[in-house]
Amino acid sequence: MALLNVEQIRGGYGDVDILHGVSMTVDAGEIVVIIGPNGAGKSTAMKAVFGLVTVREGRIRYKDAPITNLRPDQVVRAGVCYVPQEHNVFPSLTVEENLEMGAFIRNDDYSKEMRTVYELFPALYEKRKQPAGALSGGQRQMVAMGRAMMLDPALILLDEPTAGLAPGIVDQMFENIKKINSLGVSILMVEQNAQQALALAHRGYVLTTGRNRHSDTGPNLLADRDVREMFLGG
Amino acid sequence: MTEFLQLTVYGIVLGSVISLGAIGLSLVYGILRFPHFAHGDLITLGAYLALVVVTALNAPVLVALPVGVAGTAAVAVAIDQVLYRRLRRVAPVILLIASVGVALILRSLIQIIWGPSNQVYEQGIQFPWRIMGVGIKPDHLIIVGGAAVLVVALHLFLQKTKTGKAMRAMSDNADLAQVTGIKVNNVIIWTWIIGGGLAAAAGIFLAMDTRLHPVMGWRLLLPVFAAAILGGIGRPYGAILGGLIIGLAQEYSTTVINPSYKPAVAFAIMVAMLVVRPTGLFAGKKA
Repeated sequence: MALLNVEQIRGGYGDVDILHGVSMTVDAGEIVVIIGPNGAGKSTAMKAVFGLVTVREGRIRYKDAPITNLRPDQVVRAGVCYVPQEHNVFPSLTVEENLEMGAFIRNDDYSKEMRTVYELFPALYEKRKQPAGALSGGQRQMVAMGRAMMLDPALILLDEPTAGLAPGIVDQMFENIKKINSLGVSILMVEQNAQQALALAHRGYVLTTGRNRHSDTGPNLLADRDVREMFLGG
Repeated sequence: MTEFLQLTVYGIVLGSVISLGAIGLSLVYGILRFPHFAHGDLITLGAYLALVVVTALNAPVLVALPVGVAGTAAVAVAIDQVLYRRLRRVAPVILLIASVGVALILRSLIQIIWGPSNQVYEQGIQFPWRIMGVGIKPDHLIIVGGAAVLVVALHLFLQKTKTGKAMRAMSDNADLAQVTGIKVNNVIIWTWIIGGGLAAAAGIFLAMDTRLHPVMGWRLLLPVFAAAILGGIGRPYGAILGGLIIGLAQEYSTTVINPSYKPAVAFAIMVAMLVVRPTGLFAGKKA
C-alpha cells in the first residue's frame, strides 16, 4: 500500500484545467521528485494533494483514506505537511514562534519535535529568538522545513525548496532533505535543479502539459536520453 | 509652560482614546486587509451600551465598562459572521463599502434607540486637581490608566498566547497560516472580539471625558485612521504610538489655530505621512 496515491487527477484553478490526468505514488520512506518544463503543472499537482487546487476528476488517497478536495487544514490534520515555494515563513514571528505555529493543531507536548528540528538545523537554535524575516534565504528555508517537521508528519510536500538560493546553499538544502528523509519522513518535491534532485530521489516523475510523461527510478531518469535532452542540457 | 503641560495632559488623554480605536482598526486591517469604516460606530455603540448599565443599575462607569466592551465585541463578531464573512472571497473594496453601510446602520440604530441629543454618564462637574497649575481630573487618570492596562493586556495576548501568535502569523501571511493548519475563522473571530472591545473602551473613555452623542465615534474615525496610518496600518504597536502623536498634535494645534480645526490636523498629518513615508512609522502592510 502506497502512503500517497494520486490517481488520474484532472483539475486546476477556477474553471481552467491545468492537470489533465496526473498519477503518482509515494511509498513510506521514499523521496519522490517531480520535474518538468515550466507550465507543466508540477506545483499544481502538488497543490492538488494539499487541497489548494480544485480536483474535478480522479482521486487522491493518503494512508488509504480519501483526501481529494479536503481543505488544507484538514490535510494537515491527516498528517501531510506542505512547504510552499515562496513566503514560507512568518517574517515578524521569531524562529521559535514559527515552529510553534507548525504545531498549531497539537494540544500535546511538542518539545521533542522542537529538539529534533534544532538538532537537524543547529543554526536555527542560535537564532531562535530572532524574527524569521531577518534570516538568510537558506535559513528561512530551514525554518519552513522545521515548521513542517513539528507535526512529526509521515509525508512532507516541498515546492521548489532550492528556488532562489545560492549554489552553495542549494547543496546544503539537498543534504537537509536527505537528513529529514533519514528520520523516516517521506518526501514529495517539485524541483528545478533536476540533476541534483534526481540524484537524491528514489523515484521521479516527469510531467509535461499536465500529464505524466515518464516515471522511473532517479538513476534511470538521469540516464534517460529524452529526459537528459529536455532538462539536463543533453 | 503651564499651557503646554496642560495641552500635553489633554493630548495624552485624547491620544489614549484614539490609540484604542486605532489598534482595532489596524488589527482588522492586518487580518482581513480592509479598512473598517464602521469602527467609529463601534466606538459609539460601546459608549451607549455602557450608558444602559449606568442608568439601569445606577452603577459607576467602571462597572459598566466590561459590559459595554463585551456587548460591542459580540456585535462586532456577529456583523462579521453574518455579513463580512460572506464577502471574504471578493475584492477588499467591496468589504470597505459594506462597512460604510454597516456604519450608517449602526449610527441610525443608535440614534433611534437613544435619541439624537447629548447625554452624560454622570451629572455635575469633576473638580480637577491642580499640580503645578496644571489641571488633571480623576477621569483623566482612569482613561490613561485604563488604556495602559488594555494595551499591556493586548501585548501579553499577542506575544504569549497561542491564539495571539496565530493572529500575528495570519497578519504576516494568511495563506501560509491556512496551510499550516491554523483555524483561520477562529483567528478572525478573536480579531473582532479584541477590535470591537477596544473600540468600546475608546468610546466609553471618550464619553467620560466629554459626552455621548450618536456621531461621537464617526467624528473620531478620521483621527483614528490617521493614527493607524501613521503607525503603519496592520501594526497594532504602531497604532499606539500613532494615536498618541495625533492626540498631542491636535491639542497643541489649538495654540495656533481655531480648535474646531483639530480634525484637520489629523488629516494633514495623515496626508503628510502618506506623501513622505506611505508605509508609516512601523512599515505597515501593502494593500
